[in-house]
Amino acid sequence: MAQHHNQTAQTLAVTANRLLDGEVVYFTAGGSWSEHFGDAAVVHNKDDGEALLQKAMPSVEALEIIGPYLFEVRELGDGAAPVSVRENIRMKGPTVRLDLGKQAERPRV
Amino acid sequence: MYRYDEFDHKIVTERVEQFRGQVARRLSGELSEDEFKPLRLMNGLYLQLHAYMLRVAVPYGTLSSKQLRQLAHIARKYDKGYAHFTTRQNVQYNWPRLADVPDILKDLADVEMHALQTSGNCIRNITTDPYAGVSADELEDPRPWAEILRQWSSLHPEFSFLPRKFKIAINGAKEDRAAILFHDIGIGMARGDNDEVGFRVYVGGGQGRTPMIAECIREFLPKADLLAYMEAILRVYNRFGRRDNLYKSRIKILVHQIGAEDMAKQVEVEFAAIQKQSDSLKVPQKEVDRILAYFAPKNYESLGEFAPETEEARLADEAFARWLDVNTADHKVPGYRIVNISTKPIGGIPGDMSADDMDAVADLADKFSFSELRVTHKQNLTFTDVRRKDLHALWKALDERGLASANISLITDQIACPGLDYCNLANTRSIPIAQEISQRFEDADLQRRIGRLHINISGCINACGHHHVGHIGILGVDKKGVEYYQVGLGGSSDNNGSIGKIVGPAFARNEIVDAIGTIVDTYLDQRVDGEEFLDTYRRIGLQPFKETLYDTAQH
Repeated sequence: MAQHHNQTAQTLAVTANRLLDGEVVYFTAGGSWSEHFGDAAVVHNKDDGEALLQKAMPSVEALEIIGPYLFEVRELGDGAAPVSVRENIRMKGPTVRLDLGKQAERPRV
Repeated sequence: MYRYDEFDHKIVTERVEQFRGQVARRLSGELSEDEFKPLRLMNGLYLQLHAYMLRVAVPYGTLSSKQLRQLAHIARKYDKGYAHFTTRQNVQYNWPRLADVPDILKDLADVEMHALQTSGNCIRNITTDPYAGVSADELEDPRPWAEILRQWSSLHPEFSFLPRKFKIAINGAKEDRAAILFHDIGIGMARGDNDEVGFRVYVGGGQGRTPMIAECIREFLPKADLLAYMEAILRVYNRFGRRDNLYKSRIKILVHQIGAEDMAKQVEVEFAAIQKQSDSLKVPQKEVDRILAYFAPKNYESLGEFAPETEEARLADEAFARWLDVNTADHKVPGYRIVNISTKPIGGIPGDMSADDMDAVADLADKFSFSELRVTHKQNLTFTDVRRKDLHALWKALDERGLASANISLITDQIACPGLDYCNLANTRSIPIAQEISQRFEDADLQRRIGRLHINISGCINACGHHHVGHIGILGVDKKGVEYYQVGLGGSSDNNGSIGKIVGPAFARNEIVDAIGTIVDTYLDQRVDGEEFLDTYRRIGLQPFKETLYDTAQH
């Protein structure tokens, strides 16, 4: 996988792809999965990140998602945003087709 | 074109039902992702950034209009209304739902198509010259042999778990339009003693992180021995190819390590052993004849080389004249032309086509080109058999749909992989770079003045965008999560194959298009009459480009 998770990152969230359709999803503080990055649980150190990932893992067995992993986010004034280009594209959709992906459904992301 | 026999039908139909069962078992939890992944990959199903991706095989790039309509139907019903033509002459869908894939495969099987061996460490889709069978410079049509190789390699039990994926290309013309020097095995049709036509065999070419030009290990191979010789190469590779390191497991590494001479010897020993054991791999002439019949010349009309209506239109319509010059090629039959349909309008996404356009192209193939077309490894489409007198009508119909971009082999006819906009392996985006370069060089007269210039763009070292063989090759590299682009010059996949040389430090996202502009300006400044970009580069080398690039780009 390109643009691997930055091992030194402290501000983190968990993402995966949904089994049924491959949709990008984010692990929420409530322990469910959301299609929207804005719903993602964000933690602020590596230990909390690992704990969040462990909490997400049963969803693999439950056939909800595939391949959960941690990724780096940065805090903004009114929320957070993924750091890498890769995660920004996953969050929105192809930059060359603004009519496709999440950006087509939710203009706010 | 080839039609399935009862065995093909049975194999494909059974595979659809097998996969339907496998998907059901995955969705019920009976199969884990680790167990399911190799099964889905065997059926061309990947998981990419936003969704699953299904890669459909287009054997040696040949499609019927009926098949193209079915591909459009699939795009509309199960995907998001478009499909992507790839550098392996295949088709990809970027948004299928897992549960729908068995139905997609069923719809493909209905038109004699499938997704077998479009992934995994097996022999992939055999590719060939998009002009095969009709070009004026052809020794013989390679498609019957591509079909024989397809049948031999399909579900071959011995070669289903090779050290790594394996790509074979075959070319029958004097001009290599199939990039045979950059395949695991490249086959060129050749003339031997007594004028007998057979094959010249190259092995160990490839791109990726270790680009290599294939070496010839057999100057002449009789046709009947093709499968036995292929089997011998694959056996040597299967036995000695590395399996301990993903990046050193392609056959090119083996050939590089033991040398082409030793490789040839090993293959000859295995070849002799196969021949001694039995004749079972000798291709029976009866079977060759049966397959040849599918590729018999079309029912061409006796036409003169001159079509007055086309010449009148050429004089009256500058845009048509330009398209005629740039997008059509010589046909072996008088009165016919080969027509290329560019998928690359200015600012477009190379290789993408909407379902509506696919339907329209299928209708035009019915009307103008014996209901057949080809997918090219440059991500364009080709009508191989258009009457010269129909060219203006075809151009008008294409132009109405925005499909008449006159840019084949010009600077805006770029190869670009899907890159980080779609691909899970990519480091950077490729498509936006292609789009911006296309817009920079929008002016048709400027494109003609620049002449033949291939820009190939890959979003990572795997080189799906063939950057190593671009006259200008662009490779996206990730520097701490930021996109940079490395530029190589002087690559080529034609008869004089060469691997591009890196010109210097990579350029930032906001610098790369200007850098390409500087390279083109340098070329235009340095070239002498009659030279194309590659000629100029080969004459003057990297240095003049380095000087202008790094003087102006502040590196």
